[in-house]
Amino acid sequence: MAQVFTKSMARNIFYGGSVFFVLLFLALTLDTSLTLPERDQRHQLDPSTEVGQRIAEGKRLWEHNNCIGCHTLLGEGAYFAPELGNVYTRFGNNKEAIKAFIQSRPAYGIPGRRSMPRFNFSDAELDAIAEFLKYSSEINTAGWPPNKQG
Amino acid sequence: MKYRSQAVARPYFIAAIGLFLAQIVFGVILGIQYVVGDFLFPEIPFNVARMVHTNTLIVWILMGFMGAAYYLIPEETERELYSPLLAHVMFWVFLAAAALTVAGYLIVPYARLAELTGNDILPTMGREFLEQPTITKVGIVIVALAFLFNIGMTVLKGRKTAVSLVMLIGLLGLALLFLFSFYNPTNLVLDKYYWWWVVHLWVEGVWELILGSMLAFVLIKTTGVDREVVEKWLYVIIAMALITGLVGTGHHYFWIGAPEYWQWWGSIFSALEPLPFFMMTVFAFNMVNQRRRNHPNRAAVLWALGTSVLAFIGAGVWGFLHTLAPVNFYTHGSQITAAHGHMAFFGAYVLINITMISYAMPLLNGREANSMRSQVLEMWSFWLMSVSMVFITLFLTGAGILQVFLQRFTDTPLPFMVVQEKIALFYWLRLISGLVFLGGLVVYITSFFVAARDARQGIAPVAKDAELAPVNP
Repeated sequence: MAQVFTKSMARNIFYGGSVFFVLLFLALTLDTSLTLPERDQRHQLDPSTEVGQRIAEGKRLWEHNNCIGCHTLLGEGAYFAPELGNVYTRFGNNKEAIKAFIQSRPAYGIPGRRSMPRFNFSDAELDAIAEFLKYSSEINTAGWPPNKQG
Repeated sequence: MKYRSQAVARPYFIAAIGLFLAQIVFGVILGIQYVVGDFLFPEIPFNVARMVHTNTLIVWILMGFMGAAYYLIPEETERELYSPLLAHVMFWVFLAAAALTVAGYLIVPYARLAELTGNDILPTMGREFLEQPTITKVGIVIVALAFLFNIGMTVLKGRKTAVSLVMLIGLLGLALLFLFSFYNPTNLVLDKYYWWWVVHLWVEGVWELILGSMLAFVLIKTTGVDREVVEKWLYVIIAMALITGLVGTGHHYFWIGAPEYWQWWGSIFSALEPLPFFMMTVFAFNMVNQRRRNHPNRAAVLWALGTSVLAFIGAGVWGFLHTLAPVNFYTHGSQITAAHGHMAFFGAYVLINITMISYAMPLLNGREANSMRSQVLEMWSFWLMSVSMVFITLFLTGAGILQVFLQRFTDTPLPFMVVQEKIALFYWLRLISGLVFLGGLVVYITSFFVAARDARQGIAPVAKDAELAPVNP
């Protein structure tokens, strides 16, 4: 009775199933790649434009200061500090407000409370970060987050 | 220990446990920072402590996998390891890379570390879990290649069992998928899309193969059940893992810019992802019930059964809880995610490594099992860590449900920080559970010293009346 379903059948299910679903996943990825240009705002990223350069620099600063270690961006990251994928809209579509917030962080924190570190960015760097966050907010995320609080 | 070269596993296991302790100490720091926001600020800001917490986790789990491979591959292939020397050298390379990286996180600001390590040449830093400097990532690739070469040559020249082949496929996938960590375009959607090829396809893909083969190995050894039966289960479980988990990646593509059809693909396939974990539970309990011997290492059997149950609850049940797109719309990136992450990682990957270590360490120390006193301590540590992790998960889930309601679901959504203060009680309770977990880990580490002392005094592994005869002839 035990031999109705043999080990070699199980092995074939593993190899066959894996290959099939790898191919399916790759096919879906291919289709996604073809759809993305309409959704991911890539026209803003052209490195020959000033905006494109600012976004690239903003993402670089985002990474070099490990912002993802406290914040989420499009819901991914750490859950210690607010979502930033929509911070541009939450701050009233205002890049200056984002810059002012980052600049006003106290160097030694706030007693007993969470506080963002002071980073001492130059004005050009702040511009770049704000531009990157504006770009992030314009990605088509299927309506997420549910409201402006992120 | 049947083959001398299996001994190279020992330093890997010891380093894994050392890094585990560091991981939990930093976990407690994070737990405090959640409720006392300025704790250690600005010296160790939250993001730095979190990097240490997650990166030491990843490294020690990889150390555990490597140690497990070095232990079980010679036994499965019935020959000595291709090059024990290479395994030793790679151990020190890996440990040094990990130590330097963590020291870098703690000593200099992250931006300075990025600058010092030339991140602009090939930018890969600053993304969750992949925070390591590019040069560390290169080091990881070198260690992984040398490791795969060593293991691969051993398998090629020896007996080929399902356990060793599945482990090899899992490790190969692990190394190949890690290469996507070097792809970091400015286009945020593409960056995130392929970031998941490392993160999701590791933990809900190839790592499950490694987990399955380690569990199968320990069950074969401790229960004496026929290999044919165990390996059949193994194939079915990992087949289900990949069939559901590959397209299941789609549950990460709901809200990051990918097309809406991922909400269907991701929901349906990831709703099936608990299946392989459920089968693992049935498998482990069946094998133990049908055991043909009572292995004197009872602690190892407890860890194995615990792995199968808590992996199912953490990865399976808590994953399903928030994987359907209409639910995930509200829970995405909330404390619900954190709750799931904690229990899934602990249940699946922490426990399988401890299972393997618990089984192999006594043998590496020249005895079949540790003294009963040492095993009782291990069992205490199992219950302390597991129960406290269940509570961590429940408290984070409570926090998450409130957070989702107050911040996203009500008609008058509140700002993030306002909500965080309202749910602080749950964070305090989580912190207390975290301290109990740390206590459990200390008990676990103590068990090794008790085992060594009892062995020196010649205390037998099990009480005299213990039954070692076959139970089911």
